[in-house]
Amino acid sequence: MSDLTLETSVAKVPEAAPRSPPASQIGLVGWLRTNLFSSWLNSAVTLLVAYLVIRWLIGFVEWGIVNAVWSVPNNQTQACRDLKGIGACWAVVTEKHRFILFGTYPYEEHWRPALCILLFVGLYVVSAMRRFWRKELALVWIAVLAAIGVLMWGGVLGLSYVPQERWGGLVITLILATFGLAFAFPLAILVALGRRSRLPAIKAICVLYVELIRGVPLISLLFMASVMFPLFLPEGMNIDKLLRAQIAIILFAGAYLAEVVRGGLQALSKGQYEAADALGLSYWKKTGLIILPQALRLVIPPLVNTFIGFFKDTSLVLIIGIFDLLTAGKTAIIEPAWQGFGVEVYLTVGAIYFVFCFAMSKYSQRLEAEFNRHRRR
Amino acid sequence: MSETLEHIASAARADAPPAIVLDKVNKWFGTMHVLRDVSLNVATGERVVICGPSGSGKSTTIRCINRLESHQEGRILVNGIELTDDVKALDDIRREVGMVFQSFNLFPHLTILENCTLAPIWVRRMPKKEAEALAMDYLTRVRIPEQAKKYPGQLSGGQQQRVAIARALCMKPKIMLFDEPTSALDPEMIKEVLDTMVGLAETGMTMICVTHEMGFARKVADRVVFMDRGEVVEMGTPAQVFENPQTERLKTFLSQILRGH
Repeated sequence: MSDLTLETSVAKVPEAAPRSPPASQIGLVGWLRTNLFSSWLNSAVTLLVAYLVIRWLIGFVEWGIVNAVWSVPNNQTQACRDLKGIGACWAVVTEKHRFILFGTYPYEEHWRPALCILLFVGLYVVSAMRRFWRKELALVWIAVLAAIGVLMWGGVLGLSYVPQERWGGLVITLILATFGLAFAFPLAILVALGRRSRLPAIKAICVLYVELIRGVPLISLLFMASVMFPLFLPEGMNIDKLLRAQIAIILFAGAYLAEVVRGGLQALSKGQYEAADALGLSYWKKTGLIILPQALRLVIPPLVNTFIGFFKDTSLVLIIGIFDLLTAGKTAIIEPAWQGFGVEVYLTVGAIYFVFCFAMSKYSQRLEAEFNRHRRR
Repeated sequence: MSETLEHIASAARADAPPAIVLDKVNKWFGTMHVLRDVSLNVATGERVVICGPSGSGKSTTIRCINRLESHQEGRILVNGIELTDDVKALDDIRREVGMVFQSFNLFPHLTILENCTLAPIWVRRMPKKEAEALAMDYLTRVRIPEQAKKYPGQLSGGQQQRVAIARALCMKPKIMLFDEPTSALDPEMIKEVLDTMVGLAETGMTMICVTHEMGFARKVADRVVFMDRGEVVEMGTPAQVFENPQTERLKTFLSQILRGH
């Protein structure tokens, strides 16, 4: 067999010159023809949808821009009321934007949560760039998170002390989401590995944790953290309400993320484990160098899906009286003068959520494409 | 001249302690008895080819040697170390035993060079520069140094298998196990991998190779082992086994192999 020589190349066959595809199938015209007007039914649907979209856009521009009121003098909302719904009252956002972003944080100290938000965004941007993916990045995270704690609480470096009860707005949402996912993700990896462990005790604990936490709604977990948990503490001892909610979110997100990670672990072929074993890699080296890098790449889409879900689920802390972005928006329009302008406020809050979630989504798509380049030929 | 050399080499082999000893090894998958009293001694520097029909236990046998599968009865000694549940002993053995798989099992998220340097750096604690030089040396020997920066998915099957061989060699193993290394390859790529293995055999490496490539077995094997239904049925030099089969089972197997080719 091995002496056999095989001639596989085809020689002396003249190559046909490459031709371009028919003009009707490339470019804008081709795209329109194949995607929007491929049959009379599709053409009719296209025209109908285009009409509805344009009508709605015109209506929105009239309401949101042309007829809108952008500001009113000292809480005189009469101008807004006179619109009778034909125009948006963005004045409520102009007036209340500080409250929506910072909640009841002392007014003259608003620069502190504002700086925290910038620090958070800066942290996300730096962490997103692969050239900064080094060990030092962990130190940057610790430093930035510590700085945020100092800024928010104060009481040192000449900053006045601000109790946690007065924190609120966007910064609470970012704190809950960032700390929540930063701790839930490593926890999830350990639980996912534990669930596949050969040691029965570890496996049982991990299965129990995931099934228990997944079996109850986040709201009930938050209730337990806020109402029941203090009952078990000794008299006089009190753990910060935000911290309790934070722990509940970490535990909850951890269980969901663990199942996502486990999916990735299971998708890897047995051969990868065997090759690592055969080279003499220990369990943790095998896991850290071979298994997790591949498993996590495979689950980027569901992972980011869960991240986005939890970013928004932090808004559930409103039921235990924590002032996150959404609650702050809701509270901003309780004042009688501003009642009835919920749409404008909720649109604004929604836009803020959207910016963060859309950025996550876009980033994950890019990361996925970059990571999976090696899979393509 | 060459005969005397060969004579000295084989004499040296006989004196050296056996690299691998399998002593009445038994294994079950559930209730299925997959290895039945398998005994086999492989001397240092010896090249053994194991053949047999599918399901005969030949892959399981060599997978037991580096404990990718565990045996339930009998003893396995590798370089004098017995395979038990002792993790330390297992690490020592795996470091000295390289393995090449049917499906290559390269790490797709690492470049060819990183595939080769990973174990030397993390298991042997070799400095990165040194490991890269070593890897390039072995990649040159398997004739693909120019692919070092590519990812496994960008290489052909034959090239991937040669990288897998280089990756195993980078750990400087004393024993190499090959588990049907050419079975997943297109016909035109089988030769390049076999040539690499012949080259390796010429360096005096102890090799156990599960394969159906009879041409390869004739060329390099000191001994051919025929297995069927979990048992070692016949064992001998390639000439003995291929020209003068003693059992019906081996005769049937050989006739099927020859018809297949």
